[in-house]
Amino acid sequence: MTALAGGAAGGTASAGAGAPGTAGAAGQAPDARTAAFDAAVAAEERIEPRDWMPDAYRATLVRQMAQHAHSEIIGMQPEANWITRAPSLRRKAILMAKVQDEAGHGLYLYSAAETLGTGRDELLDKLHAGRQKYSSIFNYPTLTWADVGAIGWLVDGAAITNQVPLCRCSYGPYARAMVRICKEESFHQRQGFELLMALSKGTPEQHAMAQDAVDRWWWPSLMMFGPPDDESAHSAQSMAWKIKRFSNDELRRRFVDICVPQAEALGLTLPDPDLRWNPDKGENGGHEHGPIDWAEFQAVLKGNGPCNEQRIAQRRAAHEEGAWVRDAAAAYAAKHAAGEHGKAEAA
Amino acid sequence: MSERTDWPLWEVFVRARRGLSHTHAGSLHAPDAEFALRNARDLYTRRGEGVSIWVVPSAAVTASSPDEKDPFFAPAADKPYRHPTFYEIPDGVKHL
Amino acid sequence: MSAALALGDDALVLSHRLGQWAGHAPVLEEEVALANIALDLLGQARVLLSLAGDEDELAFLREERAFRNVQLVEQPNGDFAHTIARQLYFSAYQLPLYRELAAGDGPFAPLAAKAAQEVDYHLDHARQWTLRLGDGTQESHARMQRACDALWRYTGELFRPVEGLGVDPSALEQGWLRSVGEVLERATLTLPDGPRSGGWAAGAGREGLHTESFGRMLAEMQHLHRSHPGASW
Repeated sequence: MTALAGGAAGGTASAGAGAPGTAGAAGQAPDARTAAFDAAVAAEERIEPRDWMPDAYRATLVRQMAQHAHSEIIGMQPEANWITRAPSLRRKAILMAKVQDEAGHGLYLYSAAETLGTGRDELLDKLHAGRQKYSSIFNYPTLTWADVGAIGWLVDGAAITNQVPLCRCSYGPYARAMVRICKEESFHQRQGFELLMALSKGTPEQHAMAQDAVDRWWWPSLMMFGPPDDESAHSAQSMAWKIKRFSNDELRRRFVDICVPQAEALGLTLPDPDLRWNPDKGENGGHEHGPIDWAEFQAVLKGNGPCNEQRIAQRRAAHEEGAWVRDAAAAYAAKHAAGEHGKAEAA
Repeated sequence: MSERTDWPLWEVFVRARRGLSHTHAGSLHAPDAEFALRNARDLYTRRGEGVSIWVVPSAAVTASSPDEKDPFFAPAADKPYRHPTFYEIPDGVKHL
Repeated sequence: MSAALALGDDALVLSHRLGQWAGHAPVLEEEVALANIALDLLGQARVLLSLAGDEDELAFLREERAFRNVQLVEQPNGDFAHTIARQLYFSAYQLPLYRELAAGDGPFAPLAAKAAQEVDYHLDHARQWTLRLGDGTQESHARMQRACDALWRYTGELFRPVEGLGVDPSALEQGWLRSVGEVLERATLTLPDGPRSGGWAAGAGREGLHTESFGRMLAEMQHLHRSHPGASW
């Protein structure tokens, strides 16, 4: 038995787990460890936090999980922007619950990232300093109520298409977080679709509002799958490690095929004159779409989207303005440590 | 106060319903045990997933090392007679 | 039904204020906690307003002077200490009120029985934070004391009679003072000793007299709904 510096129950802890695999595996040659790791991945075994893993695998995972967690947290902002203006109490409750879920999903993902020894505060610092990214889609503004629907239908739809394969990711804590997230997110996309449906079938003004939102969110949603396969920096290695299961273009194609009939059902058009069915595409045919404006994608990624500065500024302000609250709770805990410890009643 | 007071990490175990044991659900940050319980309630049971919660400071967990996996768990693997499938029972014999 | 409006507006308005924290909470865990409380209150508001009429018409089409919530719940979030003090004062009133209602056989009994369990948790959350802010750092202590003092003048109104309620809120006042006083003392805070209502405005919120920030809150809340008369959402 080894007492862990930071703890590791069931594979979620912890900051301070440090350099796993250094002690027990010291006897093994590096080649043997790599071979054992590769074999485990090939056999669809899950890699757990304290297993030996290549440094690059660890770095890729920390980067991806942190980015994913940041996306959930930043992603709260464009939707929270409408909580106070939701046009019915039912919609208000749905939206509040959804934004709350996003905070929860951020928390699951930060915990998963922490299993690799990087604390949440460190990750948040990197986000606030602009040294770690989040999904560029959240750098677009929510200008009307219909944008809440478009985010649910298109942005969450794209996210789900991306995330479902992650439930089988080779890294155990990430895969488990994704299972929970995907289960909870099933309502997010449906509420967006339903919201747009109500607008599309509503007054002419409401219909126009819905169409305008879809016009603005369609292309950025397609960009969510990342650059084309031949230009994607990390794809090939991530596929080999089974962090990623399908290529960017493959997932994008799948998403377009799903959306086209749904747009029809909504009575809304997708803003792409080149969009058409090609019976010869793939095995069963598929949609062809027009060219994506990758220059825009790169510009937003580099910080020149409509809301990049605003999003980070709000996140940083919340964190800084909350410092005295976190400090107070920590000070109280320290003062009362003797009496409180181990008093977590087992209900 | 210090410029940085990171809240410690806690492991959360949830009993999904009566008759089941507590199962590891995930982890979270909290300043103390009381808040760890409440945060766990808000985070891990907001869809009615639980009837009881345990929280344990992550630092208090002692774990076996995966690198010792083979020697540590191997003895249990070669005692198949502990499992019911080890025994051959003629077809038609019930309630065994 | 003026009692349904009074209780429903309390829940609706406080829920709205708590919803304004989304994306701004001092720590991520608190995003989830504050949203839980806001969602509980919104659920209560919907049931209560539906007892009085159409929930959306009542929420989105009434003028400021027609709202019957106490002024306490409409007070802006301020810093986290103000939000916690507001919640402590309100939940310490709402809990015994709902328990009384649940024990009776009036129209509010079924809702009150369910909601009392929710409010029990809201009060616990507010108490836990009051202890930590009051007995945390010098800064948090000062902020929490300021917040308790600032909101004190809105607490007298809680115990004014409400027509059709079936329970006399004034009977809850001594218990409220004891319960709040006990928490503040444990939190090393001083029970404020100023007046518990503005002299000109005793019971004002229940009679439709609100504070300036409330009009702005309603303008934001109602503008979209009002911009599309008759539309469904």
